[in-house]
Amino acid sequence: MFSIIRSMWLTFLHAFHKRETIQYPEQKVKLPARWRGRIVLTRDPDMGERCVGCYLCAAACPVDCISLQATEDENGRRYPEFFRINFSRCIFCGYCEEACPTYAIQLIPDFEMGEFDRQNLVYEKNDLLINGQGKYPGYNYYKVAGLAIGGKGKGEAENEEQPVDIKSLMP
Amino acid sequence: MATLYIDNQPHEVNSGHNLLEACLSLGLDLPYFCWHPAMGSVGACRQCAIKVYKDENDKKGRLIMSCMEPVTNNQRISVADTEAKEFREEVIGWLMTNHPHDCAVCDEGGSCHLQDMTVMTGHAYRKFRYKKRTHTNQDLGPFINHEMNRCIQCYRCVRFYKDYAGGKDFDVFASRNKVYFGRQEDGVLESEFSGNLAEVCPTGVFTDKTLKQHYTRKWDLTMAPSICQHCSLGCNIIAGERYGSLRMIGNRYHGEVNGYFICDRGRFGYEFVNAPGRVRQPIMNGQVIGRKEVLQEINRLLKEAKVIGIGSPRASIQSNFALKALVGKNNFYHGVSESEHDMAELAIRILKEGPVRTPSLKEVESCDAVFILGEDLTNSSPMLALAVRQAARVQPMNEVAKANIPEWNDAAVREFVQDKNGPFFSATIHDTKLDELASEKYYAAPDDIARLGFAVAHRIDSAVPDVPNYPEELKQLADRIASGLLQSENPVVISGVSSESETVMRAAANVAWALHSKKKKAGLVLTMLECNSLGLAMMGGGKLDGAFNAVLNGHADTAIIMENDLYRHGSFATVDKFLKTCKQVIVLEHTPHATLKKAHVIIPAGTFAESDGMLINNEGRAQRFFQVYESTEVIQESWRWLLNMGINAGNEHMSQWKNFEDITKAIAQEEEFLKGVDTITPPSSFRVAGQRIPREPHRYSGRTAMNANINVSEPKPPEDPDSSLSYTMEGYRGLAPSSMIPFFWSPGWNSVQSVNKYQNEIGASLKGGDPGLRLIEPEPGAVANYFSTVPEVFQPIADHFWLVWTHHIFGSEELSKRSPSVAQRMPQHPYAMINPKDAEQQKVNEGDKISFEVEKHVYVLMVKLNNTIPSGVAALPYGLEGMPSTELPGWGILKR
Ligand code: SF4
Ligand code: SF4
Ligand code: SF4
Ligand code: SF4
Ligand code: FES
Repeated sequence: MFSIIRSMWLTFLHAFHKRETIQYPEQKVKLPARWRGRIVLTRDPDMGERCVGCYLCAAACPVDCISLQATEDENGRRYPEFFRINFSRCIFCGYCEEACPTYAIQLIPDFEMGEFDRQNLVYEKNDLLINGQGKYPGYNYYKVAGLAIGGKGKGEAENEEQPVDIKSLMP
Repeated sequence: MATLYIDNQPHEVNSGHNLLEACLSLGLDLPYFCWHPAMGSVGACRQCAIKVYKDENDKKGRLIMSCMEPVTNNQRISVADTEAKEFREEVIGWLMTNHPHDCAVCDEGGSCHLQDMTVMTGHAYRKFRYKKRTHTNQDLGPFINHEMNRCIQCYRCVRFYKDYAGGKDFDVFASRNKVYFGRQEDGVLESEFSGNLAEVCPTGVFTDKTLKQHYTRKWDLTMAPSICQHCSLGCNIIAGERYGSLRMIGNRYHGEVNGYFICDRGRFGYEFVNAPGRVRQPIMNGQVIGRKEVLQEINRLLKEAKVIGIGSPRASIQSNFALKALVGKNNFYHGVSESEHDMAELAIRILKEGPVRTPSLKEVESCDAVFILGEDLTNSSPMLALAVRQAARVQPMNEVAKANIPEWNDAAVREFVQDKNGPFFSATIHDTKLDELASEKYYAAPDDIARLGFAVAHRIDSAVPDVPNYPEELKQLADRIASGLLQSENPVVISGVSSESETVMRAAANVAWALHSKKKKAGLVLTMLECNSLGLAMMGGGKLDGAFNAVLNGHADTAIIMENDLYRHGSFATVDKFLKTCKQVIVLEHTPHATLKKAHVIIPAGTFAESDGMLINNEGRAQRFFQVYESTEVIQESWRWLLNMGINAGNEHMSQWKNFEDITKAIAQEEEFLKGVDTITPPSSFRVAGQRIPREPHRYSGRTAMNANINVSEPKPPEDPDSSLSYTMEGYRGLAPSSMIPFFWSPGWNSVQSVNKYQNEIGASLKGGDPGLRLIEPEPGAVANYFSTVPEVFQPIADHFWLVWTHHIFGSEELSKRSPSVAQRMPQHPYAMINPKDAEQQKVNEGDKISFEVEKHVYVLMVKLNNTIPSGVAALPYGLEGMPSTELPGWGILKR
């Protein structure tokens, strides 16, 4: 008997608490920066595409909803020819972001992706690629990799010696 | 056998092995780089360190390189010892000090031995704080990509390219941490086996350049066990697909056939499958029509027609058999020229009725004397050339054994052997790449080569007739060859169809038989022109001329031509006339060619990648290839199209068949020579623990996205009615039966090195036995019925040339030459190779034009001079665009 009255009293008190309900969509939700929402492909500091088409995100994805094809430009820089995420399958686990060696793929605090037609949840590179660096400013994979690309020859990456002259007779 | 205590556990191991091989054979995970199962050890990388102990009381032990120490009985070693483990981790740390941060953009990634070994040893962070040394790369041609920064100095590449495969244009340069592996300057790698660098190199320095153009990670490929379609040796390959196109060919280990390697024609010829000009739709009188319609139309046509069927030496036995069943035994013709037909039949007769067995490639490697008659192996049967290269070392290697140097100790062995070669005799029309190994070489017209063969055989066994009026110097040559062969234990005689001379083949058989009569364990290898030449010949059927006559004489009016360009096999005029006379020409084909242009109905057939089938290689080994991926609904195996036609037409025989297995069973029952072909792979109902064998690795990615642009709901994966492989990543993950291994993988071993886990013992047969079934063995008690007709000596005729074919590894074979990378390596112009003396007489120079008339057709070819080709003979490149389409050899009349 007492416990019933106690419960009713506590419930009644809630009427005077601060409201947790947010009047969405009039009022927007505040999300932390590391909230795992819509996936974007970012660019490196000099605005080149960060994604090098390594397929690691696709392999890490537990629902296999990333598919891409790597290709390279005339100077050897690799990038994805197409990059597709099927968001109707994505579980926003963030494994792709963790797997990505170039910080290209990132989950951002945005969940407003509702669609009436499931087909519209298939995003292509056009829909994914943004004009910014996202959460990890400053990183440029090609500056640390050994691969030569346009504008960066052998020995010009960070922490690299000039290429060896194999015809030199010096010991 | 010896007992080896590994971490105090006794194991029985092969005493001929080194400790690394012993550990790997037992299935232990011991990292290594420089040792290679086919090339032995040099102790260059220091990665394979383990501990050895004096006796059971020795607790300290000492570190050794396991690949450099032989197994001894009751030896005690430790793989798990902490010091050994730390040492291995340090070593990989050092190897990686200069390694670039490249995995994401490296084609090796996901199948990289260096990645695997790094994970295995536990090395994770680079401790070296200084700068990385870098290298510039070289352009090595259309096949191989070079990224020298990734090198870990294991020396495998140069040991394979130079030492094992005999390449001349590749080496190691500079010194200490600057060593560089490549060519002396940029340029195309000359070796016919350069593609193996991609698999031999444990890192991403050498990778497949054709794969790079449509790059896919190994884990994303749909793969199936397949058989190379580009020559008669039947090397085992793995073919991988992604997004509906064929992406790469890799080696599939077969202990008896190709071992660890394949040639560049086999590795890079695959792109004909993706060629833009492929036949992809049924076409009737120039109009694209649907699958149902074309079948209906054909049914209508066949009802009122007298039909013949022309098979193909590059189509599977299933397809040829289905065609034969559709048109009837008497209306089935081999689509090969008269000489190809006769030579294939002769080969079967020689191998079945004679007492000498044909050895496998692996057995050729251990033959201690070689006699080649009329074959330029490097170009016609490349992997056989690689095998005889190893055979040339067998006799010197006997000395090595006497000096107590183990065979696997490669550096010591090569130091000891230097460039000594065993008895190696070569009689060819002109110089070949193998000449450098030959102790005796002889260049002559085919008939003269045959005469030498007879002379040698006579000197071995006098029951073979001698060559009358043989010149003294040739007599001496024959003496030397005969005595060289007689000093060996198991000599091999090699000949084949590329010189298109039956007499040469007969002479080769005589030599082998004569050796057999002298109690030698002789072998006889006869190469064929195409991947299923022997299989076709074993099925019986008429000659191509018979087909022509049937139509020209009005016995038939409709021809079904399957996977065959008749212009490659018959002379231009006859084929033209034949195709014009046919009321209906129905062609089943995947790759466009001249015959296709004359067809009324074109049916899109599947290439090997889209088909199930079986081929019989030159050794008589029946081998199965599996469909890699299902193509669009319209492209199907020829046999499936034919089956549908047969069922539509109410063919009772064919109506009983539903799938691949039914046809194969029928073949085994009805074809006398092909008994047992239904047993070479498990049936399609085969399951392991209720599961199929997956064609896709378990990390296969993207399956809910790759078709999402078309429809967000994924389609059901196709079911395979013809085999127990599945088109998905689900299924049994353990070892597949040896005949249906779609890819090599083992936990922790993502690269091809995982093949170690599939073998009974390092370098031995696959677990469960090497796949395939040898159909040709000499009949028990067979005796040598020597061929007795010695050919006449070759006599040049004034203003004539005796025209023979010469083969090119890149360009002569019909399918591979459509691969863009291979096309870059073909001879640029059709040519006529003649002797400078003849050129002088005709007043022409290298590069000039010369015209021949062959069968009333005039061909203008570029002169190419060659000092070794005999006077009066001209060699023309087989299969090249613009070459006479005619049967050679034959006389060509010189036109001025
Ligand atoms: S992991 Fe990153 S770099 Fe690699 S394919 Fe995915 S997004 Fe591109
Ligand atoms: S060679 Fe292997 S470890 Fe090195 S970058 Fe390539 S994938 Fe990575
Ligand atoms: S290039 Fe490859 S095979 Fe050659 S030494 Fe370097 S790592 Fe070894
Ligand atoms: S072409 Fe011949 S030698 Fe080369 S891989 Fe194919 S079957 Fe082997
Ligand atoms: S594998 Fe033993 S030292 Fe390289």
